[in-house]
Amino acid sequence: MYNFEFAKPSTIAEAVEALGQEEAQALGGGQTLLPTMKQRLAAPATLVSLNGISEMIGVCVNDAGEVCIGGATPHATVAREAAAHYPALAALAGRIGDPAVRNRGTIGGSLANNDPSACYPAAVLGSGATIRTNTRDIAADDYFQGMFDTALHDGEIITEVRFPVPDKANYQKFVQPASRFALVGVFVAKYAGGVRVAVTGASSNGVFRWSEAEAALSSDFSKAAVDGLSTPSGDMISDLHGSGDYRAHLVKVMTGRAVAAAG
Amino acid sequence: MPKDHGIGARSKRREDTRFLTGKGVYTDDMAMQGQVYAVMVRSTVAHGKIVSIDTSAAEAMPGVLAVFTGEDFAEVGGNPAGWLIHSRNGEPMREPKRPVLAHGKVRHVGDAYAAVIAETYAQAKDGAEALAAGTVIEELPAVIDMAAAVANADNRVHDEIPDNLCFDWGWIEDNREAVDQAMKSAEHVTTLELVNNRLVPNAMEPRASIGEYNPGTGDYKLTTTSQNPHMTRLLVCAFVLGIPENKLTVVAPDVGGGFGSKIYHYGEEALVLAAAKKLGRPVRWTAERSESFLSDAHGRDHVTKIEIGCTKEGEMLALRATTMANVGAYLSNFATVTPTYLHGTVMAGPYKTPHVYVNLKTVFTNTAPVDAYRGAGRPEATYSIERAIDKMARELGLDPVEVRRKNLLTPDMFPYTTPVGLVYDTGNYQATLEKSLDLADYAGFEARVAQSAANGKLRGIGLSTWVEACGLAPSHLVGQLGSRVGLYDAATVRVNATGTLSVMTGAHSHGQGHETVFAQIVADKLGISEDQVEIVHGDTSKIPFGMGSYGSRSLAVAGNAMNNAVDKIIAKGKKIAAHMLEAAEGDITFENGSFSVAGTDKAKSFGEIAFSAYVPHNYPLEELEPGLEETAFYDPNNFTYPAGAYLCEVEVDPDTGVVEIMNFTCADDFGNVMNPMVVEGQVHGGVVQGIGQAMIEQTTYDQSGQLLSGSYMEYAMPRADDVPMITVDHSCATPCTHNPLGVKGCGEAGAIGSPPAVVNAVIDALQRGGYTHVTHVDMPVTPSRVWAAMNG
Ligand SMILES: Cc1cc2nc3c(=O)[nH]c(=O)nc-3n(C[C@H](O)[C@H](O)[C@H](O)COP(=O)(O)OP(=O)(O)OC[C@H]3O[C@@H](n4cnc5c(N)ncnc54)[C@H](O)[C@@H]3O)c2cc1C
Repeated sequence: MYNFEFAKPSTIAEAVEALGQEEAQALGGGQTLLPTMKQRLAAPATLVSLNGISEMIGVCVNDAGEVCIGGATPHATVAREAAAHYPALAALAGRIGDPAVRNRGTIGGSLANNDPSACYPAAVLGSGATIRTNTRDIAADDYFQGMFDTALHDGEIITEVRFPVPDKANYQKFVQPASRFALVGVFVAKYAGGVRVAVTGASSNGVFRWSEAEAALSSDFSKAAVDGLSTPSGDMISDLHGSGDYRAHLVKVMTGRAVAAAG
Repeated sequence: MPKDHGIGARSKRREDTRFLTGKGVYTDDMAMQGQVYAVMVRSTVAHGKIVSIDTSAAEAMPGVLAVFTGEDFAEVGGNPAGWLIHSRNGEPMREPKRPVLAHGKVRHVGDAYAAVIAETYAQAKDGAEALAAGTVIEELPAVIDMAAAVANADNRVHDEIPDNLCFDWGWIEDNREAVDQAMKSAEHVTTLELVNNRLVPNAMEPRASIGEYNPGTGDYKLTTTSQNPHMTRLLVCAFVLGIPENKLTVVAPDVGGGFGSKIYHYGEEALVLAAAKKLGRPVRWTAERSESFLSDAHGRDHVTKIEIGCTKEGEMLALRATTMANVGAYLSNFATVTPTYLHGTVMAGPYKTPHVYVNLKTVFTNTAPVDAYRGAGRPEATYSIERAIDKMARELGLDPVEVRRKNLLTPDMFPYTTPVGLVYDTGNYQATLEKSLDLADYAGFEARVAQSAANGKLRGIGLSTWVEACGLAPSHLVGQLGSRVGLYDAATVRVNATGTLSVMTGAHSHGQGHETVFAQIVADKLGISEDQVEIVHGDTSKIPFGMGSYGSRSLAVAGNAMNNAVDKIIAKGKKIAAHMLEAAEGDITFENGSFSVAGTDKAKSFGEIAFSAYVPHNYPLEELEPGLEETAFYDPNNFTYPAGAYLCEVEVDPDTGVVEIMNFTCADDFGNVMNPMVVEGQVHGGVVQGIGQAMIEQTTYDQSGQLLSGSYMEYAMPRADDVPMITVDHSCATPCTHNPLGVKGCGEAGAIGSPPAVVNAVIDALQRGGYTHVTHVDMPVTPSRVWAAMNG
């Protein structure tokens, strides 16, 4: 790790200002950023911790019935506090990493990082959530732009994420045995207006919506509807944990299981 | 009633108090006055020519005190291999120099070619970065694949070794023809090609070393994470740095696991000593986890073709193994013995097979050195044999259990001389096999298959019956085979004046529980309480000599040395008692901690004898020396041969290829058991490591020699929820016939016996589930591989 300055603002405005400095970077739970810094692969001059900004921490339900999660809310808090409002989302948060990761890692950090194997992107895209930053609202469909790439500008802070609550939903995570990130993760959510299916872990373009499955499930929300599909095509990741073909196959299996589990 | 102390008792591990409360003292915990930090500069390419190293920028960095490169060690010796192996054509193995720091060429990713010493760790890191920036390395094509390595004479890991071959070994060469003949005339030949996957040892504590030098006395001290401190001292002194042995103390304090990887001497140890001398300050180095992945000696990495010639009834007539073993870029200390005499010699397994031949080519590649890792050679042999037998049974339409019953050696055949050069002294392989079947409820298996099927799962069962050779090792034998050292061990038993004991042992405990078990043995023999006995290990200044801990040798060799030293104490105690009781020495008996004159009530307690030994006011000094301290060196007559039968039951999810182990049963024969709880712990740990190898551990280099599985994000280690409850039994014991304690050693057994049981179970599940085309899946049997095999 190289030397760096540390700032811990208590408001979003202060954080925005601090992030305006040369080579400043936001710090959420540090579960991704700190290991990278320890390996000297990242060298921000200033870390701006978002953990002291109380308006960015917590779970609530707004007037529109959306579950709103502050951008600096740790996974463990989501697992606990969203359980009554959006069980599938809470369950997803409760299976990220290990207790240490869940107690430190935040939803904003996860979404800003957009690891192709991370869990939250599947929930956000699968729910058609809105990502609120210090300057604008970004629809999930516009937000994810490929592996580790998002619509965020430099210094832009995710302050909140708003999830419309579906009638039924479930997340199925097939773990990669070493990291226990998702080798393939599928989030299925059934809304009045149709079904959304978001897949993480599988594609080298990051999280994506499996539109064939969405179409089939929108007319028949059953595992049988998934069984009838061919596996998704596209640019599947192939690595020592699984070939592209295997991942494509798992997408289908996990989608079927998510539908069955959603009930 | 189970005993509550002494031999055979489940005494709680006394060392756990400090380990579990954070009071252990590991190398990196030690703070030295005036200490400075070393950071190694490691190659980021697998193979390259060092064109130039400009050290000036690094030297000018704040806090940097010294920079070392390969040039600084060009004149000192190399780190040698412990065994000289000869090729089939009689030529000695090719033995390239393994320098302290790479010189001229770098040969694997992680190969250290320089070191920077600075006042603080961060400054040393900065210096190392500056040094790397000032280094020009011309990348050369990497030699990664073994078959390609021996085929391409132009691409050389070591310029002087044209075909990257270390040696081409035959065992036993005289058997070759008979095996060929038997194969030709056999009614059936089963052939299987398999890979024994490379493993990264992953000891919980990374390697660490601290070098100290006292310019006033010229004394050096090395505190280091070693399983083998005396050997390290010998290698540093006699081979690498030329320090007189009496001027170097090597201390291996608490060590957090080794599994083989800390047997060996590594360049960092010589580096910190040389740097300490140059700077006159303690120099410390601790590996980062990424460095451990890249630079600890890895394990396994064999590619094998195994053939069994047999009758249609499944009687095995001949076995032939043709193996390529990867040794990586340099020869680590045991790299040449592990694939040969710890592998070829056990290829008869526990079976009657009359003809066995092993051919082994050992190959250099641009990867981390490969050496002994828990089990060392014997897991590779066991996996080959047990996988092949299973395949043979299947091809013949026979029950794998029946095939084993037919071929296992029977108790009346011991001592049994195998066709590959060992003499098994004793065993009862039928007993452990039947015991395992009983414990695992083999009879109820079919019902469980049906249950699993009802849940959409494929159930399978896999067996492994194995024998290994450990308790390394009889010096007379290993000397003939090429060992450059003897493999005895030593113990000193020092009785203090007040009757407490300090027992110095050449074995090193890095998790095994020696401090508890050795104390049980000594206390039991002397009829005193265990807490009167202190076990001292890991310090060359305190211990007479020792060959360290590996090869399940601590109890079998060092434990027996201790036994013999205690016998000498008793003999001396009798002399003292005879004097005190005014009786003839021959009339003194020793029992339950008391020396008495036979047939009388005259007696002296052990404590009284001890006190007298140190307060000898009236000793007849001509006949009786004061003091009560004895040393014994014990050299075993033979290897010991633990054996067992392991059964693994799995469920395979046909939709995903996920394998879940439902239960795992071990029936072991370890001879006499000193502490059943410690033995169970050793078997649990070994089995978990074996399950790790079989199911998830995957060391992958890409063709350019980058280690793709170089962190825990990619390299999976077994966790609690990956393993089932393990049933462990060691009641079928046939005590070793040639050591005083009758013990065989249990440290490696779990890792040796378990991988084939797991893979056999997976194949069984797939076969029963209708995937009859799947006859083998290489380890680790990851979901992806299982699924690919099912759908292949
Ligand atoms: C052992 C381990 C296991 C894990 N397992 C999983 C898993 O199973 N599934 C999974 O999804 N994830 C997993 N993770 C990742 C974990 O969820 C991380 O917490 C997450 O990726 C990053 O969140 P963070 O708050 O720690 O972000 P940080 O590491 O602090 O930051 C990551 C990046 O996001 C930026 N950033 C942080 N907060 C904000 C914000 N509010 N607005 C804008 N930018 C921001 C930072 O500048 C940085 O670039 C695991 C991590 C570890 C270490």
